[in-house]
Amino acid sequence: MKCNHACGSQEHGLARRSFLGTMLGAGASAGLGTLVRPAAAEELQRQQKRVLVCYLAGGVSQLETWDPKPRTDTGGPFRAIPTSVPGVHISELLPHTAQQMHRLMLVRGVNTNENDHGKGSYIMQTGRRREPSTDYPYMGSLAARLLAPEGAALPGYIHITPGGGGSISAGEAAFLGPRYAPVVLGNGNPPQNTALPDAVSVTSDAARQSLRRQQDERFLRRRRTALTEAYTSTYDQAAALMAQREVFDVSKESEQDHERYGTHDFGRHCLLARRLLENGVTFVKVSHSNYDTHNENFNFHIEQLGEFDRTFATLINDLADRGLLESTLVLVLSEFGRTPRINHLYGRDHWGTAWSIAMSGCGLQLGGTVGATNDNGTEVVDRQVDGGHLFHTYLRALGFDPTDQLTVDGRPVQIADPAAEAIEEVLA
Amino acid sequence: MSEPEQTEAAWTEADGEYAHGSPLVSCRIDPTGTYLFTGGTDQRIVRWTLGSDDRADFVGHESWPWALACDAAGSTFISGGYDERLIWWDLKASEPVPLREVQAHAGWIRGVACDPQGQLVASAGNDHRVKLWSLADGALVRELQGHESHVYNVAFTPDGQTVVSGDLKGVVREWQVADGVCIAERDASVLYKYDGGFRADIGGTRGLAVSADGRYVAASGITNVSNAFAGVGNAAVVLFDRESGESRVLKLKEDLRAVCWAIDFHPLGLVVGAISGGGGSFLVVWDLQGETELWKLKLPQASRAMSLDNTARRVALAGYDGVARVYRLGEARPQPAA
Repeated sequence: MKCNHACGSQEHGLARRSFLGTMLGAGASAGLGTLVRPAAAEELQRQQKRVLVCYLAGGVSQLETWDPKPRTDTGGPFRAIPTSVPGVHISELLPHTAQQMHRLMLVRGVNTNENDHGKGSYIMQTGRRREPSTDYPYMGSLAARLLAPEGAALPGYIHITPGGGGSISAGEAAFLGPRYAPVVLGNGNPPQNTALPDAVSVTSDAARQSLRRQQDERFLRRRRTALTEAYTSTYDQAAALMAQREVFDVSKESEQDHERYGTHDFGRHCLLARRLLENGVTFVKVSHSNYDTHNENFNFHIEQLGEFDRTFATLINDLADRGLLESTLVLVLSEFGRTPRINHLYGRDHWGTAWSIAMSGCGLQLGGTVGATNDNGTEVVDRQVDGGHLFHTYLRALGFDPTDQLTVDGRPVQIADPAAEAIEEVLA
Repeated sequence: MSEPEQTEAAWTEADGEYAHGSPLVSCRIDPTGTYLFTGGTDQRIVRWTLGSDDRADFVGHESWPWALACDAAGSTFISGGYDERLIWWDLKASEPVPLREVQAHAGWIRGVACDPQGQLVASAGNDHRVKLWSLADGALVRELQGHESHVYNVAFTPDGQTVVSGDLKGVVREWQVADGVCIAERDASVLYKYDGGFRADIGGTRGLAVSADGRYVAASGITNVSNAFAGVGNAAVVLFDRESGESRVLKLKEDLRAVCWAIDFHPLGLVVGAISGGGGSFLVVWDLQGETELWKLKLPQASRAMSLDNTARRVALAGYDGVARVYRLGEARPQPAA
């Protein structure tokens, strides 16, 4: 039997949901997306594996990053430079990253065959093409569901965006439910409504929470449902999150680290990402904007990669030095690459046919490349993979069997696309 | 003005096409009007003997040869590339080879100019520097620091006493050649925008020229940018009067979604620009005393560089289709556009 709020008012319900949504996107969805083999998940939670995604929004050019083609009709003006791995060259726009190549694996044969921003983003973050009947969860939501410790105070999936306010992106969790949706930290700011209002003292807040608990317990004695329990646990999670608000305060990091990461937004956001990972957040995505360079591709890549390069190399180096890289899967993704053909505006357009991503950490084979494109980058000629292959590979690196199933509305759904498989060459 | 006016058809006459073979990024007619140099995305420079099919390849750069200049005597050719190097060449060599290579900037070289006295070469680049070099031996003479963004272009005044530079943010600086002191800073920031949506800088002093009498400086590029990554903005020219210190924007009758890639002064009291972008490609002429365009010619291909010869009787345009097109210009001013 459905349990309504005691007052029965719609306004009450909306206000309460609004608070919960802003605060945590929390757990009114318990019971969805149940893993068939929960024991395996518990073991992985114990291992504390984490994921960091640097999402280069708009579609970074593979020719200006991981797969340069200098002195060809498509190569553009940039040269290729040697890296810390003999024989592997990347664009001269990434000199610092080049020195971390022994900690990276480049996948140069990506063909998602998708040139639409939204659809490409979906493929790269769910490992599947859109289907009219089912929305699949993004990698971050899945990691929050499968890897994040039960009852953790901090959200399992945090997305640091270049601008805008904080929010919940509930759609990314799909059938897992909003509890596993990303908490979005707009411009790296802490989650909204996690600080006590000035007018409320710690003492009075404690008294207020005590009264709430008493009333909740009284209510639950007579009308206990999954939903009412979820509301109660949400308050407890919120209180625990408020107690850890400092985790989101990147100003606590040293001035030296701020300088090392760069004083621009992306530098600050990556330093925050390191802080969150060190404090146990399971999945952190940092978006860097923007690479949708239909016009002036080369000037814009100088500017954007000028921010990305040193910051990313510093972050990889720090994760390694601090012993986190072994347990942290690091991915550099976009929704697609950019056309080999240079248009009359000195731009490159959308291109999902032959492009690259970079991976690191979590026991992967590092210091090399897998897959290849032809001489001028117009097609994949070796080890072609798509979003499904990549998704399988991520899950395997994290210790999951991608063929495991989730139960969704009573029907089994394989975690990763059944039509794809992992890239065995990059798995240790 | 007292000069007779000419119609569009009469003012330009196609005077040759030169098929380089890859999209062009630069072009330059030598001071004697004998040769045309084209720089392509194939990293080559080709010297064409105007009016014939004779060509010679200048191979040496490892990136796009973006900036081309000839010394006043017409004997030395200087190229600046996105490979950060300046290369000295014998302008007339039958089999050209680099005579001198200088690692000149930390970052792209975007502008090169030779002084009228035949003593100096000026270069400008992404390291925010303007540098002066000895034409004779390639020695660094002076480094001019003050720009706070990529320097896009450089030019000498006719007396050779001043070098003018313009950067990404539309800051135009004038420097005394003798001591490197910055004597003026002019505002062409209308040619620049930080696009908050895409979080990137767009614009820059794409074209830069000084009039033959030294009174005017023109800077050109894009303005009114609404979408940096699609190149949505309008071509524009900022004209500075160095005597009065005043400036004004030269406009088009209809806003063109484009960039004014190159600009120069014509002795008939005109300003000539090469404009190209999503709105089409045009050769545009303004009256130096006017504000809106006087005349324009639609070009068959996107043109991203331009060079007037020393007599201002011919203009060369560097095409995206890999073809440089030369037009002979009328002796009188063109008729105003309808």
